[in-house]
Amino acid sequence: MVNEILPLSVKDAVVRRRGKTLLGPVTTTVSETGLSIVMGPNGAGKTTLLRLLHGMERMAPGGTIDWQIPEEEARARQAFVFQAPIMMRRTALDNVAYPLVTHGVSKSDARQRASEWLERVGLSDSAQKQATVLSGGERQKLALARALIRKPEILFLDEPCANLDGRATREFETLLMQAFKDGTRVVMSTHDIGQARRLAEDVWFIHHGHILEQTPAEEFFASPKTSEARAFLNGDIVE
Amino acid sequence: MNELLAGLLEAGRLIVTFDADLIEISLRSLQVTLTAVAIASGIGLPLGCWLAVRRFRYRRFVIATLNALMGLPPVVVGLIVYLMLSRAGPFGVFGLLFTPTAMIIAQVIILTPLIASIAHQAIRELWAQYHDLLISMNTTRWQRILTLLWDGRRALMTASLAGFGRGIGEVGAIMIVGGNIDNATRVLTTAISLETGKGNFSLALALGFVLIGLAVVVNLLIHTLSRTEVSGRW
Ligand SMILES: Nc1ncnc2c1ncn2[C@@H]1O[C@H](COP(=O)(O)OP(=O)(O)O)[C@@H](O)[C@H]1O
Ligand SMILES: [Mg+2]
Repeated sequence: MVNEILPLSVKDAVVRRRGKTLLGPVTTTVSETGLSIVMGPNGAGKTTLLRLLHGMERMAPGGTIDWQIPEEEARARQAFVFQAPIMMRRTALDNVAYPLVTHGVSKSDARQRASEWLERVGLSDSAQKQATVLSGGERQKLALARALIRKPEILFLDEPCANLDGRATREFETLLMQAFKDGTRVVMSTHDIGQARRLAEDVWFIHHGHILEQTPAEEFFASPKTSEARAFLNGDIVE
Repeated sequence: MNELLAGLLEAGRLIVTFDADLIEISLRSLQVTLTAVAIASGIGLPLGCWLAVRRFRYRRFVIATLNALMGLPPVVVGLIVYLMLSRAGPFGVFGLLFTPTAMIIAQVIILTPLIASIAHQAIRELWAQYHDLLISMNTTRWQRILTLLWDGRRALMTASLAGFGRGIGEVGAIMIVGGNIDNATRVLTTAISLETGKGNFSLALALGFVLIGLAVVVNLLIHTLSRTEVSGRW
């Protein structure tokens, strides 16, 4: 897959709400390929960072987020998987087909492609079920299929496995790795260190709204540079 | 107790004999209320959705007004519509007073705020659920509204049904603007009121049972029709 929207450069990006700074200033680059894991304790700003990059948080004046193409077009070529998957009150099939339909694909073509995707994520049997009756693991796989169906060039995932059990997590990770191998740029947050070790090519360690480290995974796990990251990896409570 | 039983029997008798008056009155009740519900839904459902999705300056004020209007006493609505439609009123030339049209107008005024308010509530909940997803997927405003209307259609139908329930049982406004004229504007509720006044309790009760039956049947019918397309949550 040719990636036209990356690299992304972020400069002095800040998110404030009611006078309080939730994130930043953040200055960084998101490279064209890779699987980055955003790590950090609860409340560190992982969700805020991902939403900001995806264009869902209002940035304070003075910062810039530059894609390689105009922002409007870049927005259409990304996807986001939320921590709590949002199931539309439709069948599983129509949930997955929805992004295609809203982007001009005919309903029958969209359903055709959606059913191929359901097959890929192992949900063919649930195609005609209401999405709202699916289990947590099934919902998150559905959300992944729905996010991938328009072949986004970058996929953001915000702690997608936080509410899943071991087996569902493993299945989800396998599907995610497949998407990554197929060329999707992945940026995912987690506070599960094991998951980070399994998946990460590089790690962004974030604390109090700042990216403290952005290093290749091996290096990060072998010798974290900051005391906060060391404490976090040791399982200490980081405040 | 005796009167209840007599009422039930009388209701049964009127129904099995296809009593002409009963049928006429019942059909008029249905015609007035169904028309009013259709018009009030046409205004109220889109209005409710729009209020849920759009942010604008006086939104809170509009919603508060809507909720207040929901509590309008029907008699007062009836009185105002009466004054508007009477010979001396601004719309007197149309000669609508004491016609089913006048009754429909009064009911539309009573039902629209109710339907809009329930629709607003339901769509607001759905919008809160869908917000992040629809924003993330880069949908246009129109796509969002259509998606909410479609996925919220059951809740919206419930809003219309609530309107029907309120309309079919309403008597105050209809009595004032319709006048309860035999063969012209008499409906189930005004007939019940009249017969009760005359001391014909069993007939009044019979009409009451028919009224309840009608409300139940219409509700069931609509639920069943919408079930044929396989269910979701209500
Ligand atoms: N809607 C909000 N209003 C105010 N503060 C918020 C809101 N959402 C998150 N925060 C705060 O922003 C900070 C970062 O939150 P978040 O990005 O959700 O962290 P994480 O995802 O790493 O747990 C936290 O201190 C949190 O309390
Ligand atoms: Mg979070």
